[in-house]
Order: sequence, then C-alpha cells, then structure tokens
Amino acid sequence: MPLKILVTVKRVEDPESKIKVKPDGTGIVTDGVNYKMNPFDEIGVEEALRLKEKHGGEVVVASIGGDKSITEIRSALAMGADRGVLLKHEGALDPLLVSALFQKLTEQEKPDLVLLGKQSIDDDQNQTGQILAERLAWAQATFASKKESLESEAEQKKQPGLVLSADGKKMQVVREVDGGVETLEVSLPAVVTVDLRLNKPRFASLPGIMKAKKKEVKEIATASLGVELQPKVVVKKLFEPPKRAGGAKVADVPELWKKLHEEAKVV
Amino acid sequence: MSNVLVLAEQSHGKLKKATLAAMGAAQQLAKRTGGQVVGLVMGKGVQAAADEMASYGLTVRLADAPVLEHYLAESWTPVVAEAAKAAGATWIVAAATAFGKDLLPRAAARLGAATATEVLSLSGDGANVLLKRPMWAGNVIAEVELATPVKAFTIRPTEFAPAQKAGGGSVTAQPVAVDAGSLKTRFVEFQEVKSERPELTEARVVVAGGRGTKGDFKELEGLADDLGAAVGASRAAVDAGWVPNDWQVGQTGKVVAPELYIAAGISGAIQHVAGMKGAKVIVAINKDPEAPIFQIADYGLVGDLFKAIPELREKVKSGK
Ligand SMILES: Cc1cc2nc3c(=O)[nH]c(=O)nc-3n(C[C@H](O)[C@H](O)[C@H](O)COP(=O)(O)OP(=O)(O)OC[C@H]3O[C@@H](n4cnc5c(N)ncnc54)[C@H](O)[C@@H]3O)c2cc1C
Ligand SMILES: Nc1ncnc2c1ncn2[C@@H]1O[C@H](COP(=O)(O)O)[C@@H](O)[C@H]1O
Repeated sequence: MPLKILVTVKRVEDPESKIKVKPDGTGIVTDGVNYKMNPFDEIGVEEALRLKEKHGGEVVVASIGGDKSITEIRSALAMGADRGVLLKHEGALDPLLVSALFQKLTEQEKPDLVLLGKQSIDDDQNQTGQILAERLAWAQATFASKKESLESEAEQKKQPGLVLSADGKKMQVVREVDGGVETLEVSLPAVVTVDLRLNKPRFASLPGIMKAKKKEVKEIATASLGVELQPKVVVKKLFEPPKRAGGAKVADVPELWKKLHEEAKVV
Repeated sequence: MSNVLVLAEQSHGKLKKATLAAMGAAQQLAKRTGGQVVGLVMGKGVQAAADEMASYGLTVRLADAPVLEHYLAESWTPVVAEAAKAAGATWIVAAATAFGKDLLPRAAARLGAATATEVLSLSGDGANVLLKRPMWAGNVIAEVELATPVKAFTIRPTEFAPAQKAGGGSVTAQPVAVDAGSLKTRFVEFQEVKSERPELTEARVVVAGGRGTKGDFKELEGLADDLGAAVGASRAAVDAGWVPNDWQVGQTGKVVAPELYIAAGISGAIQHVAGMKGAKVIVAINKDPEAPIFQIADYGLVGDLFKAIPELREKVKSGK
C-alpha cells in the first residue's frame, strides 16, 4: 500500500549556536547565528523516506516562513523527499496559527500521514502536532520512538520504526512516555510527532543535492488560505535567565566529600 | 466566572507528584484571577485519586468510565472540554509531563484556547495574567500573554510549590459521552521500566552519566543506590542504548531539580544543562578541564570517573 506522507520542516537556529537576547528584549541577536532544519524534523523526513522505500508512495515536505525557509525544504529534497511546499509568511507565528495553516495544506494534499517534529528547538512549544490532530479530528500519536536502540541492527538496516498494518489502513507507533514505552495503533490518516530516538537521519548525497535543485517547490501565500493570521500566544518580552554561579574546583575526592558533607550538607 | 480547571495524572490510584505542583500553580492562578480551582480526574476505577485530590480542598469532577481505561488524547479531549464548560473554567492547567504535553494542547484547541507550555512562573492579576516560559533550551525566558477567551498552560513541576492539604473539598460525577466505536486510536501496550530507585523527577539526589562512561554504569548505579538516588543520563548515553530512554535529562528529556546532581562523564551541552541547572548543588566529574559542565558546577573534579566514583562510594559508605 503506497503512502502519501506530508512532513513539516521548520527553519531554526542551529542547536550549537549561542543564543543572546537583544538588549531591548524584542528578539534574539541573529548576527553570526547559523540556521538549519529543526533536528526533530530531520528525523521526520528520514522516517518518511524509509516508509516510502518500504511501501512506495510520495513524500511532500512543507515549511511556513520567509523566503529563506526554502533552504530547509531543499535540504529535505536533497535527502530524498519528492517535492516541497513553502507557505510564505512574514511575521510572528504560534502553534494555533501554524496548525491552522497546515490544516489547510493537509486538506489540499490529502496525505495518509502527517509527520511533525515533537518540538521546535527555538520556541520549544511541543504543541503543533497535537493541535493539528484536533483540527483534523484525526488520530494522534506523539513522541514516536522505537524499542530498538539507535545502535541496533534494525536501525543499521534503516527499517522504519512506524509499522504499517498488512492492509495499509493502520499504523503502530511506539511512544516515549514517562516510566516506559507505550504502543498505540492509529487508523490512517493520522498525525504523528517524532522523537529523537526514532531514527538516525541520513546525510544528503551529492547526487541528491543536484537532483533537489530540479524538484518542484510550490509557493503559497499564507494570506490566500483564509486563516486569521494573528498569533494568540503573544510574546511580550524576552529575557536571559539568571546565570548560575559555578566554576569552583576541588582537588580530589576527599575534598569533594568534605565539601558535600560539611559545607553543602547534601550527603 | 474565571475558574481554573486542573487535570490530574494518576498511577495505580495515586496522584503523581507533578499533579500536586500543577494544583499549586492552579491555586496561585485562582488567587490572581479571583476564580475557584476545580480538579478533573479521568480514567476507569479512579475514585481514590479523586478523593485524594479533594483532600486538598478542591471541588473535583470525576470522569470514571470504561472507555477511559487507557489514556488516549483522542478520547480524553472531549471529556476535558466538557468538564471545562461545566466548571465554568477559563483556564486549564496540567503538569508538563508526557501526559500533559500530549493532552493539553489538543484539549485546549477544542475550546479554541491558546496554550503555553512548560510555564515557570505567573505574574499579573485578573485578565492580565502573564506567563514566563523557556525557549531555546532555556537560554531565553519569554513572557507571554494568551489572547484567547479560554487559556491553557502546562507547568514545569520543579518550579511550583505543591498544593497543601485542606478541607472543603468534594467530588462530583462528570458525565462521559465518548463512543468507543468511533475512536481512531487504540491502546496496544505499555512496557513499564520497573525500578526500585526513586523517580528521576522526584529524587533528592540524581547521579547521571554520559558518553564518558563508555556504557559502564555499574559504579554510577552503585553510588546512586548508596545515596538512595535516581540515575540520569545524557542523550549520548541513551542514544547508544546503554540506559533506558526515560533516564534522559535535558531539553528533550526530563527536567530535574534535586538537592544534589552528580554529572559524571557529561560534557555539559546546553541541551543537557537545560534539564538540570535548577539543582541546588551540582558536582561535575570530567577528565577534560575545559568541559563546559564545570562552568555551572559548584564542585568540579577534574579526573577519571572510573577512579573517582569508586573512591566516592568508599567515602559515602564510611561516612567520613
Ligand atoms: C535537538 C537536540 C536535543 C537534545 N536534547 C538533549 C537532552 O535532552 N539531553 C542531553 O543530555 N542532550 C541532548 N542533546 C545532545 C547534546 O547536544 C549533547 O550532544 C549531549 O548532551 C552530549 O552527551 P555527553 O555529555 O554524554 O557526551 P559528550 O559531549 O561526548 O561528553 C562526554 C564527556 O565525557 C568526558 N569523559 C570521557 N571519558 C571520561 C572519563 N573516563 N572520566 C571522566 N570524564 C570522561 C569527556 O571529557 C566529555 O566531556 C540534544 C541535542 C539536540 C540537537
Ligand atoms: N513554521 C513552521 N514551519 C514548518 N513546520 C513547523 C513550523 N512550526 C512548527 N512546525 C512543525 O511543528 C513541530 C512542532 O513544533 P512546535 O509545536 O512549535 O514545538 C516542528 O517540529 C515542525 O515539524
């Protein structure tokens, strides 16, 4: 059963970069900051590609943002996705708005599965997939993972962690939750958000990068989708958190013990 | 009426500690908005958890039905929405656990409510309550306003004092109208990671290991047991398959705030630090003197963990 999969990819600050707040608290300093695809979304793209390799189908990637977000769409196309959609948007977004826009796109594209990251590493919201599932009235499985480790044979063989039923109508999802792992079965179409241990994403190959340049990327202005474009989670101000005072060293274990026992009195 | 509905999470009939923090946050919020706190307990055969919640002075709505036996966002969402309406709630609060993170944004969306996640603190009064929440792995704190008539948020349990026992509570039934046949999600199984140790998020002491352990957690686990501590890990150690997933501490794992956090063989990447910088005392054991973990450690020991941990265990055992 071929699957049509929609994967969302967000352009975010590189997790390695140092984030500083502008003195007036209106945003972060972007000078010298690198951008890349949200790491969770790379895992979503990888999973979609594995599902396509196993079952056939099509992988469509979509992003909401300014012109620069096309870079992350191209990265996903270079990994192997088939085509891209850029929902062109300037200005603030929030999960209610992002999910409303993706709802419109989902209604146009009619995929069997929408894969999103569990959270974007800039806003750290962890909401968009859940809200999208509600808007669509679809099954939801968040924090998809797998039982095998990232060093296992299944991972080496690039097996998908999401398991399609024989009739192609259902999917089993292993979820990382508190205190263990849970397995759910969702009827397709469904919304799944992916966690870090679902897979190790592939790197784009050189031929992949060349091919990506010729793949289709459709642009849609968000204003044309009939969605109210006003965010409801309104950021008033940004701060830097108080710095933790640290940096003291001890010479050896006896000194460490003495400090913990007599000074801090925590053991 | 601007009442506050707080969602309970229970296991084997007992409220989770994180729920007590969410109840504490809800009480703080109700003081600011002038409303009442209403609890919501959902599940099958969960009267005991409802009674426990009521013992904190809350009016509790109990949605007890076979269809709610296993938690599913899809089937619990309509119950939350109905309960919020019945309770006259304009705010919905839950703890930012795997359960709260999965359920609350969906349930809020059903009511057209905007949600803020992992809230650290509240400020302001009446309709102008503002919420502080972390962004960029805790490198930035944002103050946000929710601009919808009904509003929702999850709280970071380590940041709110738990509710206190009080009289005046009561339990009323919340009708459940969920058609099991229409559900598109089915619970298959839950594989619990059983442990004799305290829960990571509730432990007074956490001993955590990273890639520097090379997969050998034996001495670290021994130290944890000597101290009655929980064991944590960096993402690198979890990804390698050395330890269970739910030991991960950090931006995308658990957030802990113990009295003592011992990080051994962990470099101190911001994503890890995001989950443990609230600890009262941080000890770092790392053989690289330049490791960033030392910048936030109260007591840094430059050295080999395979030597230092057994030595520390001797000290703990002898008590001097
Ligand atoms: C989107 C995203 C989310 C992430 N979320 C998390 C998260 O939630 N939690 C998390 O932890 N990480 C997270 N990470 C990963 C994080 O960036 C780091 O890669 C990770 O924390 C590194 O783990 P580590 O410190 O164990 O390994 P390393 O950085 O490799 O450090 C190992 C350390 O061990 C020391 N060492 C080696 N041998 C010894 C020895 N014998 N004795 C003493 N010291 C020794 C080394 O000097 C080194 O400092 C995330 C990353 C991304 C991109
Ligand atoms: N502007 C965006 N463009 C593309 N995808 C997005 C955008 N915002 C959020 N997402 C998707 O939603 C997931 C969860 O994001 P969040 O709820 O913001 O933490 C991300 O991992 C992305 O897959």
